[in-house]
Amino acid sequence: MTGISATPAVHGHGLATGEPVVRARSLVKRFGDITAVDGVDFTIRSGEAFGFLGRNGAGKTSTMRMIGCVSPPSDGRLTVLGMDPVREGASVRARLGVCPQEDNLDLELTARQNLTTYARYFRITRAEARRRADDLLRFVQLDDRAASKVEPLSGGMKRRLTIARALINDPEIVLLDEPTTGLDPQARHLVWERLFQLKQRGITLVLTTHYMEEAEQLCDRLVIMDGGRIVAQDAPRALIDAHCTKEVVELRFAAEDHESCADKLVGIGSHVEVLPDRLLLYTDDGDAIVPTVYERGLRPSGVLVRRSGLEDVFLHLTGRTLVEA
Amino acid sequence: MVAVMLGRVVAGDVVRPAHVGAVTARDLTLIRSAGSYFWLVLSGFAEPLLYLLAVGWGVGSLVGAIPLEDGRSISYQAFIAPALLATSAMNGALAEATINFFAKLRYLKHYDSVLNTPVTPAEVAFGELMWATIRGALYSGAFLLVMIMMGLVTPWAALAAFPAALLICLAFSAVGLAMSTFMRDWSDFEYSGVVQFALFVFSGTFVPLSVFPEPARILVELTPLYHGVELTRAMTLGPLDSTSLVNLLYLLVLMVAATAVAARRMRRRLRR
Ligand SMILES: Nc1ncnc2c1ncn2[C@@H]1O[C@H](COP(=O)(O)OP(=O)(O)O)[C@@H](O)[C@H]1O
Ligand SMILES: [Mg+2]
Repeated sequence: MTGISATPAVHGHGLATGEPVVRARSLVKRFGDITAVDGVDFTIRSGEAFGFLGRNGAGKTSTMRMIGCVSPPSDGRLTVLGMDPVREGASVRARLGVCPQEDNLDLELTARQNLTTYARYFRITRAEARRRADDLLRFVQLDDRAASKVEPLSGGMKRRLTIARALINDPEIVLLDEPTTGLDPQARHLVWERLFQLKQRGITLVLTTHYMEEAEQLCDRLVIMDGGRIVAQDAPRALIDAHCTKEVVELRFAAEDHESCADKLVGIGSHVEVLPDRLLLYTDDGDAIVPTVYERGLRPSGVLVRRSGLEDVFLHLTGRTLVEA
Repeated sequence: MVAVMLGRVVAGDVVRPAHVGAVTARDLTLIRSAGSYFWLVLSGFAEPLLYLLAVGWGVGSLVGAIPLEDGRSISYQAFIAPALLATSAMNGALAEATINFFAKLRYLKHYDSVLNTPVTPAEVAFGELMWATIRGALYSGAFLLVMIMMGLVTPWAALAAFPAALLICLAFSAVGLAMSTFMRDWSDFEYSGVVQFALFVFSGTFVPLSVFPEPARILVELTPLYHGVELTRAMTLGPLDSTSLVNLLYLLVLMVAATAVAARRMRRRLRR
């Protein structure tokens, strides 16, 4: 293993950065009558952090499981590391690291045993497995919990241990399905930090998320999924520039009917979006248009001018917000 | 190589010994690290032992000596001991291959993580087959030791009976795994428990099969534990003849068929 403690930014796998490592064309996944993934196209390149952004049920996990070669595609073409995920699944999986949406750690074993037993599935020798386990436990800051059973560990610790387990075979691609969902902010930042280190080492990261911040900070490129389809794909900044104005004015009204307020706002900014709890006014200069709102006789109880973000892109493309209340 | 090809034929998928070993090794880690689990496993052979003592002495004192075909006669306890050996092999194998396996499959999502590695569903099935067999072997090995200590079997005959017990473990492990893939929830195990008990008491365990009416006898001859009992009895008391070969083949075929079912259903369930 090139080693988790090895020099950063050295790519240990002989794959030139930028080389396509996952290629999907018209990829479909059906479960009976449900079409979970409905003909998606994307190419993931070596060394990049690639994100799937979408609300629950968008088809993110189904896509990840196909890439992970544990779920056969129903239609379309998919190659992972240049191989066929069904016929050559075992060879592909040998080179992947997987951090599934739900932690499925071995609750009956200790943290360290979780890593060493997992290593054997990759035919890693016992001595090497022990060495890697200790390295990785240090990497995710769990070395003091090595002998502890998994059950009593906190959610954040379990997630970190799952990430460590995904790294045991020194993978070229790491698949992370909602790596920080359900974690408190502190735990989330620790995970981000580690993922960022992996990325710097040249490991290809493929992650799903419904956190804007995560997508914006970690992903070089991302796709936005909705109802099993890809509605947009690009770098986060490019998506925002392409689909959104520079700024957004959020208006809250105490008791008034949002729809009728929206009517009065027509013509201000580039367009208005009505949400259950607020109105969004898209514009390149928020401060400049706020006075116009008052001039039209509206009295918002709260006004917030902010930079636009991925959330706004998502809302614009799908007509819904990403994270349900 | 042979193992790999055998795996392909039986399981319809790649089966590499290193992966099977890794699956079994995980379970063995549990035994080694959790002392309480070890005792739980060994305590499993207590049940047939209690029957050996209670029924063996109790009923034994009423029925006296049992005549064998070759003219020898043995105590009632020596008559039921090989059958209880077969039962402990069955119990050990099923304990692991049903409830524990089902929990890992359905509730702990254990195999979801294993199958993200190069390990295939068929290799998981084979690995768990080995582990359930090991647990059955622990039960029956411990029971054989008790039989030797009580003078119910010579050490040599015990040595001959152990492989027969292993085959019973393999066959019942495979059956348990296959059955578990059909179970809908825990309550289904109530039924399998009743069947397991029926097998235990009717397989010529406590009385020779000849005392049953003809239809019942035929029914019993179709069930697996009967063949196990016949085999352990032939190994310890004799005679070894062509019917022993039938018993042997029955268990072998059952093992292969049930493994094939388990491996294929595992793949269907886990690779969706
Ligand atoms: N094993 C399955 N069987 C049936 N339906 C499924 C299965 N897995 C996912 N689905 C369905 O496919 C759709 C997409 O789910 P999923 O890929 O898990 O989305 P996401 O990860 O974006 O939340 C959902 O409607 C979900 O109910
Ligand atoms: Mg999901």
